[in-house]
Amino acid sequence: MADDWDLYEVFIRSKRGSSHKHVGSVHAVDSRLALESARDLYTRRSEGESLWVVAAKDILASDPLEGDALFGPAADKIYRHPTFYEIPDEVGKM
Amino acid sequence: MGCIYQTEENPHFQYVLGLADDALILGQRWGEWLSKGPTLELDIAASNLALDLIGQANLLLEHAAELEGKGHTADDLAYLRDAHDFRNHWLVEQPNDDWGVTTARMLVFSLYQYCRYEALVKSSDAHLADIVAKALKEVSYHRRFAAEWTIRLGQGTEESNQRIQRGFDMLWRFVPELFETVCWEQTLADDGIAVASGTLQDAWEAEVTLILTQANLSVPKGDAHQFGSRHDGHHTEHLGTLLCELQFLQRSYPTASGAVW
Repeated sequence: MADDWDLYEVFIRSKRGSSHKHVGSVHAVDSRLALESARDLYTRRSEGESLWVVAAKDILASDPLEGDALFGPAADKIYRHPTFYEIPDEVGKM
Repeated sequence: MGCIYQTEENPHFQYVLGLADDALILGQRWGEWLSKGPTLELDIAASNLALDLIGQANLLLEHAAELEGKGHTADDLAYLRDAHDFRNHWLVEQPNDDWGVTTARMLVFSLYQYCRYEALVKSSDAHLADIVAKALKEVSYHRRFAAEWTIRLGQGTEESNQRIQRGFDMLWRFVPELFETVCWEQTLADDGIAVASGTLQDAWEAEVTLILTQANLSVPKGDAHQFGSRHDGHHTEHLGTLLCELQFLQRSYPTASGAVW
């Protein structure tokens, strides 16, 4: 039955101010029911207060074979990391 | 609708027991889908629905036990009563059959339960009002779940349409019982404790008709039914087999004899 159902990726925001994080996926006949299933599967233990579902077929993913070309060049540019600054505690989560 | 059953011992207790038994028995029916759901997603949805309902039943049975005043616990009421002491509607004890029947039943019942709880939030029984206020959020999700699935199945394939229509056709004869108002219930309603079930019918009918129409389904005709039976302890044969499973462990290994589960 679920063979012809689409796959939807599920994102949850755990609290206001933070961003949605990918938590898993569900199969569903449409996005509306995907949202219902996501609620049932992924928020049983108060994990979040906002849900997104996205049809997996609508996600364009980078090609793992191109990993070196895409991500390799960043490896030796440590000056891009703000690790030389001390962040005051008052700033909180960035 | 005429008023039947003139007297009832401790009507307040009977009323809360009726609410509790509806939740308990329907919760058990949903639990039966566990590991047998049409998909993994729906299997988990089914157990969520079961847990919501059994949670409601637990709170309502605790309250009922207090109102009864005979020293029983919620567990005693759930596990040690026989079928003729159950006060649930016949609708909720009917077998799950297939997903179409289960969904049709959930739509019929969750819309009804929502109307009932919504009215009971204003009950002068403050404990009951607290319980239903919490339960209302759950039932609000249940009716949404049932409505979405009724529409998907109704608008789906020829087979899914036939199956969900069959569900409504099969169960429609249990609908009138939901709206019968027995005399003692009317008295409780006059006292602000209960809601007279008959007053919920118009709102329920409007909503169910709207959803069935949207789902390309027809509202079943016919009004063959039996009134008042549950108050006399009459049930369909299905309640007995359901209780066998529900009560087996407590009956075979009673905690009273020292058994620890």
